[in-house]
Amino acid sequence: MSQLPFFEPPSWTVTDVTRYLRNLLSGDEHLQDLWVMGEVSNLSRPASGHLYFTLKDANASLRCVMWRNTVIRQQVLPRDGEAVEVHGGVDIYEAGGQYQLYADLIRPAGEGLLYQEFLRLKARLEAEGLFEAERKRPIPKWPRRIGIVTSPTGAALRDMLNTIQRRFALVEVILAPSAVQGTEAPVNIVAALENLNQVTKPDVILLARGGGSMEDLWAFNDEGVVRAIVASMAPVITGVGHETDFTIADFAADLRAATPTAAAELATPNRVDLLALLFELSERIRRSAGANVQDLKWNLAELTNRLKLRSPEMRWLSDRQRLDDLARRASIAWINRLKVENLRLEGASQRLDSLNPEAILERGYAIVTHQDGQLVRSIKDVSPGDDLEVRVSDGQFNAQALENLEN
Amino acid sequence: MTQTTPTYQFNEAPVDALPYEQAFAELEQIVMALEIGEHTLDEGLNLYQRGQALARHCADLLEKAELRVQQLVGGALEDFEGE
Repeated sequence: MSQLPFFEPPSWTVTDVTRYLRNLLSGDEHLQDLWVMGEVSNLSRPASGHLYFTLKDANASLRCVMWRNTVIRQQVLPRDGEAVEVHGGVDIYEAGGQYQLYADLIRPAGEGLLYQEFLRLKARLEAEGLFEAERKRPIPKWPRRIGIVTSPTGAALRDMLNTIQRRFALVEVILAPSAVQGTEAPVNIVAALENLNQVTKPDVILLARGGGSMEDLWAFNDEGVVRAIVASMAPVITGVGHETDFTIADFAADLRAATPTAAAELATPNRVDLLALLFELSERIRRSAGANVQDLKWNLAELTNRLKLRSPEMRWLSDRQRLDDLARRASIAWINRLKVENLRLEGASQRLDSLNPEAILERGYAIVTHQDGQLVRSIKDVSPGDDLEVRVSDGQFNAQALENLEN
Repeated sequence: MTQTTPTYQFNEAPVDALPYEQAFAELEQIVMALEIGEHTLDEGLNLYQRGQALARHCADLLEKAELRVQQLVGGALEDFEGE
């Protein structure tokens, strides 16, 4: 039988244990930078904006948190039941005694593979020279005919049409409707681009789609689509997804816009600028057409002046002018004097305000008097039982002295 | 009336019938012709009036234009009505 040690080791506090574990976790390089694969459950996003969920597989579950500032950068938020890959680091939430994954990136499962595929295709096409700057065609400044390849029902089309109507409605728009996601999308887009070029010969083509997940935008990473862009006779502006989405089509395009709306802007001059330009031209016409007449008038005026300078009338005119000048200077001096006096008066009136007893009452003081109006300045002015009046800033009330307590 | 400046041949086509690009190109020529200034007062006045009419016409076209959208179906164009 083992003997108990005489002095037991001191107990650890809960905080001590938790801190010790935290140190172990945060010192482990695998746990601080890892991708975890699993199914999302118990997803919640309270008013704080942070995202809480649990990742599960057949045998285990892992609590996850994504802070609000990371959540808002996340393009697609996961849904319950969805298979995802989450990147982050494992740490302990001390107050709850729970270890959890602090997530900084969430992507649909399988996207990692798609991304590898994306990089491989991009590198291959780049090596072929498809993205070279010299290959890019200039975008016409004033297109007459704009071709659009996009879904006929999407918000992207509506945004582009609104933008063009607002900026340069004189243009003619030809829509080549096409699916922009799903398996048939690449073939559709290629056919639409070819059809537009052959039938209508637009000055520029907008190839666009609204935002979505990486999978939604996948048609724009299709090799056939990329080659159709390169082969297009008209220059192509892409506007796919959001600011941060880059597709291979974007690299091959003659110009890449961040969004469908931005693509429409890059393809059209702005009405406001054109109106300003028209105004400027009209002004130049007015000035130069008037110049001839103006020259003649000048000559005439100069001759008249020279005549006047020599006339006896001139002498009198110059005296008259000196008088006017003196009168003007005198009146300016007088006005300045008045201004100074005014300022003085204002200053004095402000100082008076600060002495006014009412102003003191505003600050929370009170004036106490007897019923006959006699001021109470000292405890000696009051006897117990005296009826008093107390004046505060917005009125007065009656009071009675109870007991005299000298300081 | 036909009279010439180095860069501009006076055009008598009615301003209102001109498409935007054409009206704008003519307007630019008139501005240059006036600024070079090799014309009589009478000619200048004509250029001035034609130039201002062109500028007004262009501005009108910009302000009043309604976007025309067509849809390419197969090899044919038809009007697109939206969603």
